[in-house]
Amino acid sequence: MTTEFYRWTENTWKSPDIDWHKGQTITCGIDVGSVSSQAVIMVDDKIYAFCNTRTGSNSPDSANKALSISLKDTGMKPEDIQFIVGTGYGRVNIPMAKKAITEIACHARGANYMGGPAVKTILDMGGQDLKGIHCDERGKVTQFLMNDKCAAGTGRGMEVMAELLQVPIVDVGKMSLDVKEEPEPVSSTCVIFAKSEAIGLLRSGWTKNMVLAAYCSAMAHRVVGLLERIGIEKEFVITGGIAKNIGVVSRLEKELKLKVKPLSPDPQIAGGLGAAIFARDLLLKSRKTA
Amino acid sequence: MFINWLLRKLLVMCGYIANYGYTDGSGDWYIVVDSDKCDGCGKCVEACPKNVLEVIVDDYDDKVVAIRKEHHKNVKYVCAQCKPVSGPRDVRCQKACPSDAITHSW
Amino acid sequence: MITAGIDMGAKTIKAVIVKDNKIAARSINPTGFEPVETAEKTLEEAIKQAGISRGDIKKIFTTGAGRKSIPFADNSVTEVTADAKGTNYLLPSVRTIVDIGAEEARGISTDASGKVLDFSKNDKCAAGAGAFVESMSRALELTVPLMIEISHKSTKEAPINATCAVFAESEVVSLIHTKIDKADIANAVHDAIASRVCSMVRRIPIEKDVALIGGVANNTAIVEAMKKHLGVEIKVPEKPEYVSALGAALLAAA
Repeated sequence: MTTEFYRWTENTWKSPDIDWHKGQTITCGIDVGSVSSQAVIMVDDKIYAFCNTRTGSNSPDSANKALSISLKDTGMKPEDIQFIVGTGYGRVNIPMAKKAITEIACHARGANYMGGPAVKTILDMGGQDLKGIHCDERGKVTQFLMNDKCAAGTGRGMEVMAELLQVPIVDVGKMSLDVKEEPEPVSSTCVIFAKSEAIGLLRSGWTKNMVLAAYCSAMAHRVVGLLERIGIEKEFVITGGIAKNIGVVSRLEKELKLKVKPLSPDPQIAGGLGAAIFARDLLLKSRKTA
Repeated sequence: MFINWLLRKLLVMCGYIANYGYTDGSGDWYIVVDSDKCDGCGKCVEACPKNVLEVIVDDYDDKVVAIRKEHHKNVKYVCAQCKPVSGPRDVRCQKACPSDAITHSW
Repeated sequence: MITAGIDMGAKTIKAVIVKDNKIAARSINPTGFEPVETAEKTLEEAIKQAGISRGDIKKIFTTGAGRKSIPFADNSVTEVTADAKGTNYLLPSVRTIVDIGAEEARGISTDASGKVLDFSKNDKCAAGAGAFVESMSRALELTVPLMIEISHKSTKEAPINATCAVFAESEVVSLIHTKIDKADIANAVHDAIASRVCSMVRRIPIEKDVALIGGVANNTAIVEAMKKHLGVEIKVPEKPEYVSALGAALLAAA
């Protein structure tokens, strides 16, 4: 059996204290991304359950999978959910969603929920795109840019490097920090060119850790270049899988001279969470007018 | 008078700036739309010779102009006609807009 | 007079020897990880082929991405200048040159004498260059020549959306899973590259005759696709991968 180094750990969480039967509103946000999918269930204004899983070959299946995993052992059935909002690449293909909202708006809302009203700048490094978002204290978007043309600065780019160096992706960050001194960043912005560059470095005696450090450094640098377009203001948060890569995060902090505010329970659920919050707003609005 | 101006400023400043396009190794290629200034009139959509733009209803239920999805990743190329490497620039969407809502980053 | 031109490309290094304004020898090697050594080796091979000795070469000019790294070169010229000179020598009627290399693509507009008037390029992005073809051939699990061959047999259009070669690789893999014919996918890949390169070229004035040079010009499927996108006849000189090195050698003799 070959180890797939790019596979990160799928996870799921359920609240131990909330009894969903007592909830006034039960809403759900489903975020089907190009690489990962999340389903977030909210009971009233609290996160009840969520799951983070790898996107399959089609959106409806991925949405269903995420939803059923997050509902596991809860006693809740999809019919119990009162409003579902879909977002992400697959938002137009999530059949059970009543409404689709852009990932930009959802990430802002989700980051605002997890990080608080002081959150101003959100960096989302998704599987195949990179978003820079400015929001106000209510989580409303004030500026954004989305870069989904180029793999450099996306999760896929990091997966390619992890696969090349045969390193489990969850170890990349840690290993990249275990170097005697910080090497020069990889010069190529393109992942394909960076790959050949990395092979050359390994052949000239660089260790895997050094190559990872050089790549994380190049990625952080590229991200900063991209964010400079909209500016970076405190509080600065990172969502998406790359938030769990301390190799990139620590180098971002160093270059920006800013501490990144960590998000909990999981930075990867920002999109799905924002969608669930929008779902709640829409549900409450419809009840008022009913 | 001042209160009116202040109120107007506060009310008007609740939109967002959208950067549609991308950055790759060759540079930053974005069409920038200021949703505060854009009222969805669609003059830029008509003026564009390559059908790059469209008027949408955004997440906050406002009419605003955006780049069509199929052009998100080739802004540099599809807009080449109005902004050739050398030669006069004739950025028609920008010219057509009565409120300065749309610009190009390059 | 005998001169030499060395094109220090990202993927391959080419050497051309010109004797009294005629091509005397051509040699090519993969760049590998020791480009200077490879350049030496390639030059020696060309020298042997030309039946001369190292001392007979009056001047050596370099071009290409690694042109500044050769200690034994007399001078270096930009790829754009070299391309224009080389193409003008081989095809004097050409006014628009498209050079698609492994890692970079260029569009060059020249006058009748081969002087560069304008140019545009598409660098640092594998999707506009030969690296994309190779990455796609891997995804299709075909050799590049085989991929070109079946591409001509395509009967249907297949959708390739990704502009990034990394994303396109995953997209192709999933297309294969949906049982779309590899021939159609190969054709779509060539079409996508051609379309991207042509958009880049349209940033400069396009005037007949149009020539395609660089290693990728050997890819007949891309040439066909480019003819379709630009709507003009495209001339491909013999051994198009050597045009840049040839141009450098000719400039060394000037």
